[in-house]
Amino acid sequence: MTARNRELFGLVVASLIAGVALASVTISREAQVSAGAVAWGAMFLGLYLVAHVVARRTVPYADGALLPLTAVLTAFGIAINYRLDSDGGGRQALWVAIGVGVLAATLIWLRHDYRVLESYRYLFGVAAVVLLLLPSVPRLGESVNGAQLWVHAGPLQFQPGELAKICLIVFLAGYLREKREVVAQGRLKDLGPLLAIWGAAMLVIVQTNDLGSALLNFGIFLAMLYVATGRTLYVGAGLALFVGGAGLLYTALQHVQDRVTIWLHPWTDERVYCAVKGTLEFRQDCASYQLVRSLYSIANGGFGGTGLGEGTFASTDGTPLIPYLRTDFVYSAIAQELGLIGAAALLLVFMLFVVRGMRVALRAQDGFSKLLAAGLTFGFALQTFIIVGGALRVVPLTGITLPFVSYGGTSVVANFLLVAGLLLVSNRANELSSLQGHRPLRGSK
Amino acid sequence: MNRQIARLMYVSLALVGALVVMTTYWQTWAAAGLADRQDNAIKRVAEFSVDRGLIYSWQPRKRLARNVERDVGGRTLFFRRYPQGELAAHVVGYSTVARSRTGLERSLNDYLTASNANLSTLVDKALDELRGKPVKGNDVVANIDLDAQEVALEELGTRCGAVVALDPRTGKVRVMASSPGFDPNLVEDRFGQISRITADCTPAAPLLNRASAGLFVPGSTFKVITASAALESRKFTPESSFVDPGYCTVYGKRVNNFDTSRPFGTIDLSSALAYSVNSVFCNIGLKLGAKQILDTAKRFGFYERPPLETPADERQSSGLYQRGRLYYPRLDADVDAGRMAFGQERMLVTPLQMAMVAGAIGVGGDLMEPQVVDRIVAPGGRVVRIEHPVLVRRAVSADTANAVAQMMRLGVQQGTGTAAQISGYSVGGKTGTGETGVPGSNTTWFIAFASRDAESPAELAIAVVLQNQSGTGGSTAAPIARAVMQAILQRTENP
Repeated sequence: MTARNRELFGLVVASLIAGVALASVTISREAQVSAGAVAWGAMFLGLYLVAHVVARRTVPYADGALLPLTAVLTAFGIAINYRLDSDGGGRQALWVAIGVGVLAATLIWLRHDYRVLESYRYLFGVAAVVLLLLPSVPRLGESVNGAQLWVHAGPLQFQPGELAKICLIVFLAGYLREKREVVAQGRLKDLGPLLAIWGAAMLVIVQTNDLGSALLNFGIFLAMLYVATGRTLYVGAGLALFVGGAGLLYTALQHVQDRVTIWLHPWTDERVYCAVKGTLEFRQDCASYQLVRSLYSIANGGFGGTGLGEGTFASTDGTPLIPYLRTDFVYSAIAQELGLIGAAALLLVFMLFVVRGMRVALRAQDGFSKLLAAGLTFGFALQTFIIVGGALRVVPLTGITLPFVSYGGTSVVANFLLVAGLLLVSNRANELSSLQGHRPLRGSK
Repeated sequence: MNRQIARLMYVSLALVGALVVMTTYWQTWAAAGLADRQDNAIKRVAEFSVDRGLIYSWQPRKRLARNVERDVGGRTLFFRRYPQGELAAHVVGYSTVARSRTGLERSLNDYLTASNANLSTLVDKALDELRGKPVKGNDVVANIDLDAQEVALEELGTRCGAVVALDPRTGKVRVMASSPGFDPNLVEDRFGQISRITADCTPAAPLLNRASAGLFVPGSTFKVITASAALESRKFTPESSFVDPGYCTVYGKRVNNFDTSRPFGTIDLSSALAYSVNSVFCNIGLKLGAKQILDTAKRFGFYERPPLETPADERQSSGLYQRGRLYYPRLDADVDAGRMAFGQERMLVTPLQMAMVAGAIGVGGDLMEPQVVDRIVAPGGRVVRIEHPVLVRRAVSADTANAVAQMMRLGVQQGTGTAAQISGYSVGGKTGTGETGVPGSNTTWFIAFASRDAESPAELAIAVVLQNQSGTGGSTAAPIARAVMQAILQRTENP
């Protein structure tokens, strides 16, 4: 079977999952099976068939698993968003449609040679910094949950951090491909950019209070630096710098301190000062109630979950119990309704995506492509880790999105760009290896 | 670069794998601990989809808590109603969305929601879930005698105080009343009405279960324990005689009797308890030392939370308190033994504890575990759990208990507790008046037991406490004890 045919088969399976998920939401809501679920499954399949046909024409040799895995993740995302808010599910589906459009457009645009991007690397670098700092511009940025992540421009609002991540990866892939030998030698002047990026990461924390985004971008940077130079010392030094810098910020910034306190001690036995209410409260009722509610939600799912549509997210009078449920805590919702089985299955899909992405990087033949694919895949994995780890109290809670699952347009579109990048890289790698007469790996043409 | 990429893949997989591990941790290992937390609003709201078990009183068998079904957003939810209102509010507690749970609603939540780890309950629950029916919880039968409970609350009236009555042979709690009370039906939506309740004390604290969580100065009721310690020490007998000058000298200061105008002169220990002579007990205390008395108190259950089925934080330990914390002296000299011996000196007790003391004396020294739950029954009528009487320990020897019991009987026959006499029964009791020095703010007590005759073990023990009184325990608390005891004893005569 060719890669594209396997992709087609995978998309049909993903559409079945999408249909069943929607059906189980409507069954629990209206106690009847509606034909809407079948129609939705067909629509979902139709949407991804568009991507599939474009892929057949533009990237025929590309990895056949990436698009189905993406489809499964978006099916999860739309179903849980629809379950939590009917309108939200529709909008999320619309964003997925737009994302598929962006994916198709990117594939068509870069079908001949995506490596032209390399020559614009500094443009991407500048774009990344500008996008990261955009939310802290007065009157443009909006503070949500203590961190500035959003930008408002008229009726439009978006999270520039998501796009900044992609830009940063393209920049680093180009820059490190060019400079990897000299950087590996470790002369001080070549390490300048490293220090500059460290400074930028710190600046982002100070400017936007956005710990998660800083951690994500700096982690991507270190990983790509390691891939380019093979020197673990840089990773160690980079981590030390980050931890040292974050430690300094910890003592200087109340916001960072609060985050860490909440993370380490979400429950108190005695009432502590609550800044929001101005009274003495248990911390679980005040500063850390989001995290604590997230854990309660996850724990309430247990092994098998309550069932899709049967979870408890609102009080009996309808007031929500968990804030930012569809964005920051979407994993807590999934873990409650689908239980350990469903949550582990979701994480398994993420793991499969990571394996396929890294496989693309391994098979790519030039440095830029390898760095690009490895960077995109690692960014995807690290972002998943930071947001889900936050909901699970593995790391301090931050406000970034769970790729393809969290509600949010920018995030969905940015991650479709990421998939487009991986498809382009893998197409070229597989095409070259077949031209050079290498025996292709089993199953891929 | 391939080696680095492969390593990066392992790191990425390890990161996501760590998430699987932590999800497993929270959903299996830590789930039970999180479910038990009081601030767990998710679990609390989720449990409203359970057809919660009902709570019944013992006699007359009436529903203390029932459910009303309501459809909310396509789901059937079960909300609590309390048909008896204030009557058993503190014991039963409440289960609400807004304000968590208290009382048996909280401590027996696992049974009431059928989430206890009982095998057949698990099977029933799984079947209900598979059939799509609401899970049905287990019913609870409490030991409360509803008629006597009503008498107790009527007698307390607007006064602040509490009544605890129990069967000292089994430990079954028949009355547990606290005043001011509250209507648990108001907690969910009209809590403001409860917070505006006023009574003859400030704060009125209607939600506080004074019967088991209220700490009061025991006054002369503590002399029962001092007398027990005195007899157990074998340094005194009921016939030991004392000379009462009307006061006792502690650290060079005079401690007066309640009524200094009439010193008793030469008096034996029995009459000293019956007439509640402070100076005698003061001297016994000085002779025995604080720690020996406290050790006897410990044998009666002081310094531990009485093992009732209500939530732990609705029960308090009795004992010496210092800066709001339970305190046990390291040295005898740390405590004024003379004043402690007649119930002053930082000693604080709960009515439940004092009912246990009176009961143990009445049945020859055996301290039984107090139990407010009789049985727990599964939906089909099968008994899930039945409470059998549990002996905590033998508090004092039978000789000591019987001797102290006779002194207490003397107190009701001719001493300070004559207001508690019941025809056909032999009642032994001890009054107490905790003086605060401010007129009209005494804490008055009466603790008692009742038996068929002077030889048979007690069938009933009671403790009554009143706050902010101007009278004595004998004039204020003893009549309440009598009324409540009569209500319960009538039932045993004509069941």
